[in-house]
Amino acid sequence: MNNLLKKISELTLENLLKEYPIAEDYLANIRLSGISREKTFADALADVSEDSLEEFGLTREEAVEHLCSFLAAFENDSTAGKRNITSLTILGGHNKSKIPETAELTIYQGEIISIVGPTGSGKSRLLEDIECLAQRDTPTGRQILINGSVPDEEWRFSTGGKLVAQLSQNMNFVMDLTVREFLVMHAKSRLVSNVDEVAEKCFACANGLAGEKFTKDTKVTQLSGGQSRALMIADTALMSSSPIILIDEIENAGIDRRKAIELLAGNEKIILMSTHDPLLALRGDKRIVISNGGIAKIIETTDAERSSLFRIEKIDNVLQDMRNKLRFGESITEDMIPNLEN
Amino acid sequence: MKVVTVAGPPSSGKTSVILKTIQTLGLPKESVGVVKFDSLTSFDNLRYNEYGIKNQTGFAGKTCPDHFFVSNVEDAVSWGKKQNFSLLITESAGLCNRCSPYINGILSVCVIDNLSGVNTPRKIGPMLKYADVVVVTKGDIVSQAEREVFAFNIREVNSKAAILFVNGITGQGSFLLAKYFREAMDIETLKDRKLRFTMPAAICSYCTGETCIGDNYQMGMLRKMEFDDE
Repeated sequence: MNNLLKKISELTLENLLKEYPIAEDYLANIRLSGISREKTFADALADVSEDSLEEFGLTREEAVEHLCSFLAAFENDSTAGKRNITSLTILGGHNKSKIPETAELTIYQGEIISIVGPTGSGKSRLLEDIECLAQRDTPTGRQILINGSVPDEEWRFSTGGKLVAQLSQNMNFVMDLTVREFLVMHAKSRLVSNVDEVAEKCFACANGLAGEKFTKDTKVTQLSGGQSRALMIADTALMSSSPIILIDEIENAGIDRRKAIELLAGNEKIILMSTHDPLLALRGDKRIVISNGGIAKIIETTDAERSSLFRIEKIDNVLQDMRNKLRFGESITEDMIPNLEN
Repeated sequence: MKVVTVAGPPSSGKTSVILKTIQTLGLPKESVGVVKFDSLTSFDNLRYNEYGIKNQTGFAGKTCPDHFFVSNVEDAVSWGKKQNFSLLITESAGLCNRCSPYINGILSVCVIDNLSGVNTPRKIGPMLKYADVVVVTKGDIVSQAEREVFAFNIREVNSKAAILFVNGITGQGSFLLAKYFREAMDIETLKDRKLRFTMPAAICSYCTGETCIGDNYQMGMLRKMEFDDE
């Protein structure tokens, strides 16, 4: 902080901005984008009327301190984000009938866990326990450990929703931006230095997942369902800071689900996926079965299930082919449908 | 009695967040009360009634909603004391973005929704800047990227606040918010406490009912725009 204060008082605004590009946002937020860049911030402030600073609750001296704490907050951010999460452990609580859950499950980076169970059985509750790092203080009585130990209380409250990224079918883009602008904006908020490179990689990845290709100049709001999902998945895998990803079903159409899951798992994320799609569920290492608000059992995906995956994929491909045929104006014929009689 | 101030733009989900948090707190219903400060109309009382939560609504009407808040909030606390509440929540809507109804020492919560656009946090001003906790709603229907950029923009304006994502429909996330409510300070009165930020100056002719347009009618505290003639 002292070091920062020194820099702010010694560097011209122009040089300060070179080192801390994010300071530009600070200036914009208090309507000071137009101030002189050749002077230090304090000297430049002398040209600004006290009234206009007062509207933001600041005096000239306070503005300097404020900029300093602003930069400090984002300096901490780049180090705090690096707290490495290698495993997540769920210690059982109890179900709705207060019967104890005997399950205990540790999930490691790169692992995929499916969550199955009927609607209303308590899948969301489990995801929520993970999100708030429950410490036997939520209705389920579960406890979540990080890297095998109890996370400290301060950290629990300071993660600011950054621990868990979510992907669900209900999500939409609401911004009026092109794909490129969207990715650049996200990359900037992560304070990465090579914004264009990161955005480019993410774009290529998203296009690899999408059934139908899209350009960087497409508006995100104009993408199809599958393209949107592809972009969201690539973005979450490559740009989200969150070490844990909760997925609530990935829709069937217009996206390569296998690649999507591999992309997410390959980026050292811990993945929990609520799904009843056999292609996705069986791709998980384990699956948690939820019933009556509790973890009823944990099933390890068997070799037999894994080998049947190959055949399920074949069935799926048949449907996928038909979709593509319809998309390109072709007809469906009898011989495209495999014989399932035996 | 604990007092919590909740503010946010209209339809950002304040009432839903409050109701979910009350449920999560698990306090006896009769021990919680809500005072809603609004401008012209409000239908939130119906929802509080439905949940059996005692509530009062005040309308600023033709006066400035912020001034209305500050001149009634102490009476709201007295009402809460008389009702023997253990928790009183004041809910403010209809404030202009120039203001914040936050009081030193009183837990201050700002509710904004993810659908309002990623730059909204940068435009809201004191209502966001002086909050202790910023609750983001409707995060379940926008992309993870938009959620992250939104949170980033909040931190740019208020780096000290805790940012919580709460789903007003399912209550997801209200657990952490409830923790903050539990830790809110117990007070007897608000008398002599100070606002965190000044209220807007409002003493021009239009404050007193003037409706005519033109220099001749403009009196008092005015601020004129400068237009670029080039």
